Amino acid sequence: MNPIILHPLDLAIASSLLVADAAISILLKLRLYDKILISSGRMVIQLVAIGFLLRFVFSIHQPAVTALIIILMVLIAAREAAARPERKLKHAAGFWIGLASIASATVLTALFALTTALRPHPWYDARYAIPLAGILLGNILNATSLTLDGFLGGVAREKSAIEARLCLGAGFWEAITPFIREAIRRGLVPIINQMSAAGVVTLPGIMTGQILAGLDPIEAVKYQILLMFLLSGGSGLAAAGAAYLLALRMTDPRQRLRLDRLK
Amino acid sequence: MSGDLRIDGLKSPLAGPFDLSVPAGTCLAVMGASGAGKSLFLRMIADLDPNDGEVWLGASARSSMSAPAWRRQVVYVAAESGWWSDDVADHFKTGQKQDAADLAERFGLASELLQAKVARLSTGERQRLALVRALVGHSPALLLDEPTAALDQDSIGKVEQALKERLAAGLTMIMVTHDPSQAQRLGDQRRVIAGGRIEAAA
Repeated sequence: MNPIILHPLDLAIASSLLVADAAISILLKLRLYDKILISSGRMVIQLVAIGFLLRFVFSIHQPAVTALIIILMVLIAAREAAARPERKLKHAAGFWIGLASIASATVLTALFALTTALRPHPWYDARYAIPLAGILLGNILNATSLTLDGFLGGVAREKSAIEARLCLGAGFWEAITPFIREAIRRGLVPIINQMSAAGVVTLPGIMTGQILAGLDPIEAVKYQILLMFLLSGGSGLAAAGAAYLLALRMTDPRQRLRLDRLK
Repeated sequence: MSGDLRIDGLKSPLAGPFDLSVPAGTCLAVMGASGAGKSLFLRMIADLDPNDGEVWLGASARSSMSAPAWRRQVVYVAAESGWWSDDVADHFKTGQKQDAADLAERFGLASELLQAKVARLSTGERQRLALVRALVGHSPALLLDEPTAALDQDSIGKVEQALKERLAAGLTMIMVTHDPSQAQRLGDQRRVIAGGRIEAAA
């Protein structure tokens, strides 16, 4: 089977749907048509740029360039993860915690996949490494930021409960463990939902893309299953790493609860 | 273990330095306007906020023991009680339940409250149960932050009576209160804190 190649004219025809959006916006006075125009313009430019960039990177076979792109993606993901929670840590500690957990979870999971299930030649082939890192990062970023939000919000809200335990002589880890558990649980909810809904409520994007591109559905499904396993492993590693690093950041050698380290 | 509580150059960027001594079996009553640093003072003694200086209980220095070991000896009871589980019963160790039931009864609390949900307790019930929770540990020193603020006169009398008995048995106590007559009734020494410092004998 050959994929159906899209021509620029096909895309131009599809873009006419934006006119429908604009019409709705004007009719209902949503004042959204400028936003729709700008965001769709951004989307086209960004995707075309990344398409050419990837084509270039795939063609030059330079592992250093591949590594550089993945590092950049990880840095952006860490910034995003730290920016989303409602309560934030001082001194950009959220960024560093996000970076440590996102980078280690992504690298470990990607290396695992590239050396066992996928095994491209060479294993660091950009055509596999970059898209894999991209999809892992999207999910790991989500898990990490939910964990950050759950932990920091929970600890700030339950200050008096945690300190009541400390005051009666409990160790910090005894008092904080329920919050670590709850934060990791929150980080893992999306991937669990994704897995249980996959194929029933939603056709996952990667699978749909591969089927549209002409791949046999069973082959596409196998890829999707592999990805789901990788995503759940990566999310778990990142959520657990982030939760423990956060707990370390919120205490000191005298086992206090250091809420003064929150903004 | 019991003994005098000796506070030696205790300070933080927000309050202090404090230098004080509370002999075993006596109560120091601390008064002062809201925001003057009374709670900060107690929190620093319990090592809940970063601070410099030394605190001694009898012959043992705070710095010579782990923070949890210190907090088991010198128990701070915050003005706003904290609960880490939905059930009141989860806040008491198995060996403490009888002791807790006896104390709760002395404080005018129905014994069913020990089996209740925390969410159903009134503010005054929570405050008394938090005090019960601290007293059943039989720590040699107690730091009480407005322990009777939410109570009626009758309950205040019951709580004060129990505290007096503990003092007679050797307890060392520091108590923050807004009520001058309570400071008179319980305090062997009385001090006023203003602007994060001990101001004068009251």
